[in-house]
Amino acid sequence: MTETEVKARRAAERAPVAERPSRQAPTFVIRPAPRWPHLDFAELLHYRELLGTFVWRDIKVRYKQTFLGVAWALLVPVFTAAVYVVVFGKFAKFPSGLKPYPLLVFAGLLPMQCFSSALNGSSVSLVANSALVTKVYFPRVLLPLAAVLVPVVDFALGMLVLVGLMVKYRNWPKFPEFFLAPAFVLLALVTALGAGFLLSALNTRYRDVPYAIPVFMQVLPFVSAVPYALNEVPLKWQWILSINPISTVVTGWRWCVIGGAPPNPQMALLSVGVALLLLLGGLAFFRASEPRFADTI
Amino acid sequence: MGAAIAANGLSKRYRIGELQSSYGTLRESLTRVAKQIARGPHRPHHEEIWALRDVSFEVPEGQVLGVIGRNGAGKSTLLKVLTRITTPTAGRAEIRGRVGSLLEVGTGFHPELTGRENVFLNGSVLGMKRKEIARKLDEIVEFAGVQRFIDTPVKRYSSGMYVRLAFAVAAHLEPEILLVDEVLAVGDAEFQRRCLGRMQEFGQSGRTVLFVSHNMQAISRLCERTMLLGDGQIERDGRSADVVAHYLQSGQGGGSFREWTEDDPAWSDGTVELRWARVVQDGRTSETADVRRPIGIELAFDVLDDTYAVFPKIKVNSNEGEIVFNAMDTDPRWHEATPGSYLSTAWIPANLLNEGLFTVDPAVTSLGSGKLRPHAGERQAVSFHVYDPGEGDSARGNFVGGLRGTVRPLLDWTTEER
Repeated sequence: MTETEVKARRAAERAPVAERPSRQAPTFVIRPAPRWPHLDFAELLHYRELLGTFVWRDIKVRYKQTFLGVAWALLVPVFTAAVYVVVFGKFAKFPSGLKPYPLLVFAGLLPMQCFSSALNGSSVSLVANSALVTKVYFPRVLLPLAAVLVPVVDFALGMLVLVGLMVKYRNWPKFPEFFLAPAFVLLALVTALGAGFLLSALNTRYRDVPYAIPVFMQVLPFVSAVPYALNEVPLKWQWILSINPISTVVTGWRWCVIGGAPPNPQMALLSVGVALLLLLGGLAFFRASEPRFADTI
Repeated sequence: MGAAIAANGLSKRYRIGELQSSYGTLRESLTRVAKQIARGPHRPHHEEIWALRDVSFEVPEGQVLGVIGRNGAGKSTLLKVLTRITTPTAGRAEIRGRVGSLLEVGTGFHPELTGRENVFLNGSVLGMKRKEIARKLDEIVEFAGVQRFIDTPVKRYSSGMYVRLAFAVAAHLEPEILLVDEVLAVGDAEFQRRCLGRMQEFGQSGRTVLFVSHNMQAISRLCERTMLLGDGQIERDGRSADVVAHYLQSGQGGGSFREWTEDDPAWSDGTVELRWARVVQDGRTSETADVRRPIGIELAFDVLDDTYAVFPKIKVNSNEGEIVFNAMDTDPRWHEATPGSYLSTAWIPANLLNEGLFTVDPAVTSLGSGKLRPHAGERQAVSFHVYDPGEGDSARGNFVGGLRGTVRPLLDWTTEER
């Protein structure tokens, strides 16, 4: 090939580079990390599409190359619930507070597992995406945030089973409480996000996090009123359990969806307070460690 | 016209511990804290290095600036600071315009997703809007030449296709400022040529480009101005031809050819003089070497006296600073001291090294008691990139992901049915 031919071929195959936009280019300043962490909302707004992309990606690849696929979203809570029903319902005779035990357990397990996978996902989100974290800039909070939103899909699918159980036991949600149900799911997600901020940032430095979480998760259902109704335990214990926001999530969700006993408003407030504290504390810790993620991950 | 990038006193400090062990466990940290408390607060408990120290420069809009320097000079850290991947310890920089970076093509590709899905994923990670990606999708796919496979998961792609698609996405990013780190280290000659062409167009269309590379040829061709970094500081900044020449002459390990002159000799004890060293493949000096073919390391030297029975030797180092191997010429001709001029070539077999950058320390040595006695030599005199075109006939097979390790031999496998 002659040189002109090469040139012609090059010209033919390359895509045109568009003219430089004439609008005034935005200026940003790079400076050392600020002493006090803060959240840049304008920037988050700018990157909202990327948040959507991360959620979409994680949902898309969630059950790729599995034989049962999305069915896992139903099988996991159903199997877990079956174990609970046999062990705690039949053998240990846990108090079910006037509701059929399988319904009570399944209604409790759904938000519990949503929280559990949200926490799992968000706490490993930075390390799982370390190729991105060390190569491209974007607000890092997007990663735990996206990871928290992903399990909502499984949660919605699990609702199908819950509806089936409702039909079987002829147990219908009460109105207007039903419309409050999303608020309790939100509380679960806020709690998961707060803990996720904290743990994902810790995980960039200390890979102990993935080992510690399962231990914690084994205990959590029992201190979150999943295999029993919260109002059936002594009052003192109810207060202690309410420090854990998930106990309010489970109780409140049951109240809205299967018409269980309502949560005690003061205890619910305590739970919400703890969740918000966790969110703010987790976020502050996350933002404070953020400048060093790429260096330590 | 203002400055697209104005950096003022940028500095970045790493603690050595952070660089070496990429992660620790909580227990280690706790024991460290306990030890510190026991020792008292005075002792400095970390060794620190400055990857960047007081770096100030300005890049006018539309300039293509090259950044060179040996490994560890701070080039990558500078890019990481400018792309906001990491924050500086001190100093500030103002950047006017949207920044795009090609720090690594294919960042964020997910193997389970299809080509099309990955274009959207990768594009939005690099900062494009969905609408923008949708508009350019056809163009990107065509540029990559993967039309038929666009709905196939990228894990089924050959590594060549994978890299082409990844590059196509990055090449259609239209930032005002483009930061490029060593993209030429991947892909075949054709891909590298296209990559360079695209960058040249970027520069010509009035965009600002910061180009980090070990490829001196590309730097001289593409950049009007070049900055030489050394130990985190700007050593030289000026016309590319001058800076590149200075860099090569100073023997800082750039490039595949190194010549020693009277003014700029290699280290020697006076019995041997090195003339030049180069990396060859297929009969030509090569900055990049195809993993599937042998790589020759040529060393020309003069033996000046007959006191020692000397022989040539090379040491090959990986980019991470590990010694990959030492090799010496064991030919009987070197058993006796024979003054004269020699040209020796060490052939590194095909399919031995993994992909990446390697540096070579050539030397002429003799047998000492217990260790080799060096007579002339230079550290990191020449370097070369090993790449894999991904046509399925290397040790990589059809696998496209990362393969770790310093070497990557193509082994003979035997399998029997039992």
